[in-house]
Amino acid sequence: MAVGIGTERATGGEPGPGTERPGPAPGRPRAWRLPRSPKIIAGLALLAFFVLWAIIGPFVTPYSPDEIFANSPVPLPPSGAHWLGTTSLQQDVFSQLLVGGGDMLLVSFLAGVIATALSVVVGVTAGYVGGLADELLSMLANIFLVMPALPLLVILFGFLGKSGSNDLFLIGLIISVTGWAWGARVLRAQTLSLRNRDYVDSARIIGERRSRIIFTEILPNLTPIVASSFLFTVLYAVGTYTAMAFLGLVNPNWSWGGMLFYAQGANAEVSGYWWWFIPPGLAVALLGTALVLVNFGIDEFINPRLRAAGLTRRGRAGRDGRGGRTRARRSQQFALTPVVPAAGARP
Amino acid sequence: MRLIARRLFFYLVTAAVAVSLDFLVPRLIPGNPVDAVLSHMQGVTVTPAIIHSMELQFGVDTNASLWAQYTHYWNNILHGNLGVSSGNGLEPVSDVIRAALPYTLGLVGLATLISFVLGTAIGALVAWKRGSWLDNLLPVVTFFQAAPYFFLAFLAIDVFAVILGWFPSGLAHQSTDFPAFDWTYISDVLDHAALPALTIVVASAAGWIVGMRNVMLTTMDEDYVLIAAAKGLPKRRVIWYAARNAILPSVSGFALAIGFIVSGALLTEIVFSYPGLGSLLLQAVSNDDYALMQGLFLIITCAVLAANLIADFVYVFLDPRTRQEA
Repeated sequence: MAVGIGTERATGGEPGPGTERPGPAPGRPRAWRLPRSPKIIAGLALLAFFVLWAIIGPFVTPYSPDEIFANSPVPLPPSGAHWLGTTSLQQDVFSQLLVGGGDMLLVSFLAGVIATALSVVVGVTAGYVGGLADELLSMLANIFLVMPALPLLVILFGFLGKSGSNDLFLIGLIISVTGWAWGARVLRAQTLSLRNRDYVDSARIIGERRSRIIFTEILPNLTPIVASSFLFTVLYAVGTYTAMAFLGLVNPNWSWGGMLFYAQGANAEVSGYWWWFIPPGLAVALLGTALVLVNFGIDEFINPRLRAAGLTRRGRAGRDGRGGRTRARRSQQFALTPVVPAAGARP
Repeated sequence: MRLIARRLFFYLVTAAVAVSLDFLVPRLIPGNPVDAVLSHMQGVTVTPAIIHSMELQFGVDTNASLWAQYTHYWNNILHGNLGVSSGNGLEPVSDVIRAALPYTLGLVGLATLISFVLGTAIGALVAWKRGSWLDNLLPVVTFFQAAPYFFLAFLAIDVFAVILGWFPSGLAHQSTDFPAFDWTYISDVLDHAALPALTIVVASAAGWIVGMRNVMLTTMDEDYVLIAAAKGLPKRRVIWYAARNAILPSVSGFALAIGFIVSGALLTEIVFSYPGLGSLLLQAVSNDDYALMQGLFLIITCAVLAANLIADFVYVFLDPRTRQEA
């Protein structure tokens, strides 16, 4: 699903390098154009790989991840029987690795969805309604933004005890509580900028209901930012879930963070049992890289100046003359939904 | 000055929210610190009196009203009383934290500073050389940004401590060394801090690099940069003109980053068995030491808020517009 959203976002309006195209290509559904940025392609491919891994992984393990082999006191290095060696308990690392991605992806996706929904509600409300509601909601978001997440999560999960720590939904919910604020802040800024646009004004003058304005005029133009904040939150949740499993605060059997938890417990890093801690760590890092890459792609789409190939002056086209710095300010000119090109194409 | 006053007010509110959260979490979430401690006390006859005294100890007195508990809690906090740590022989939490705090402050503070300066400089350079080979740095940086800090710590220990043997693999100083203000001790401490610091710098610099690069690319298109270049100023001065304007969002985005970095740094400490707050956090988790967890949350939050306040001062110092407003 993460892939789905990323794709939809990425393919929506990528102008395509080297071509100046003022409006939507006539008679051609934009949504089906392939993303051209190598970053997005690499990121999406990696993401798809990990999703497949999570789905198929548990069914193709050579052994059960809990199964105990041989009785060697030390972990055995990779061999023909155990491709990635064994742990200190003589369990198969490769099998654990195959099983370990599923729960994490599910939790991260869940946390991403909840946090994004929360940030859209808070951010758009604060930005559109303004006044006291804005002050209070912004303050709330800023408080959660400043507060360091890890110690807060530790007390939350700590008090939850080991009893609740297998409930994936609950874990996702708790992670999203600490992860929604960033998106809310960015969305608020962009909503503030959108609400005074001519097309929103005209909708208001026509007498559209507020809910309709928000859902048909504002929200579609926030899509890139929503997608970007979704990916950001998923990335955050991947890191957080791994960290919580690493601390033993959520059930470490079997996730990549949990493998690191056991590896650390057995001093794998000092003893040089690299086959035990490198594969799960690398998997988390690569999954994270995939998410960041897709996010880069969206960033470059929102702000074309960030493109490496931007040596041409193409990026200046969108200049607003006031030297706007934030991506939020900049994004509206390049938003991809039909609403903006239509508004922009007006003579 | 108005900005500083506003921010100060905000940080006070945030600190109050943190204290309230600290108070509320044990009461809202099922699970009870008393039960947790009791489960560790096998073989002891538990009388209602013991339970009640423990409830008093943990401030979850079931006989008092919630509001009375809350005011009592605040009173304790303001008097520096964070309760007692069940995992450290009922030593006061404040003492336990005080012993570990200097290590974390030194390590994380210094590493954050280095990574900010280094990351910002590299980011500016990468932006300036847009389209050159330096762009290839970004995927590498992305990887470090996405990898969990503690995984990088694993790698650092394996490569630099075990295989190459350049640095010690953990702890803050040799057990034979005693704190003294002489070169043996100081060099020993620095030697032990090098690898964890390196890990934090490598992991956190990525964020500053990407952030600085992105703003710098926008700033480089500004007219004043064009004019500076057209006047024939040396390239270094031109980059400086662009960079010092581009750095503002990095400073104001400090709030976003510092909490994240501190979280990662705490986990790094755990891997290195560095005797700072991170190791305390792990100890608190494995002992079900709730008072210590809560105390750590408060102290770390306050430290992060203080760091943000400093960043705000720097921002006001850097950006004259914030001063004219008053």
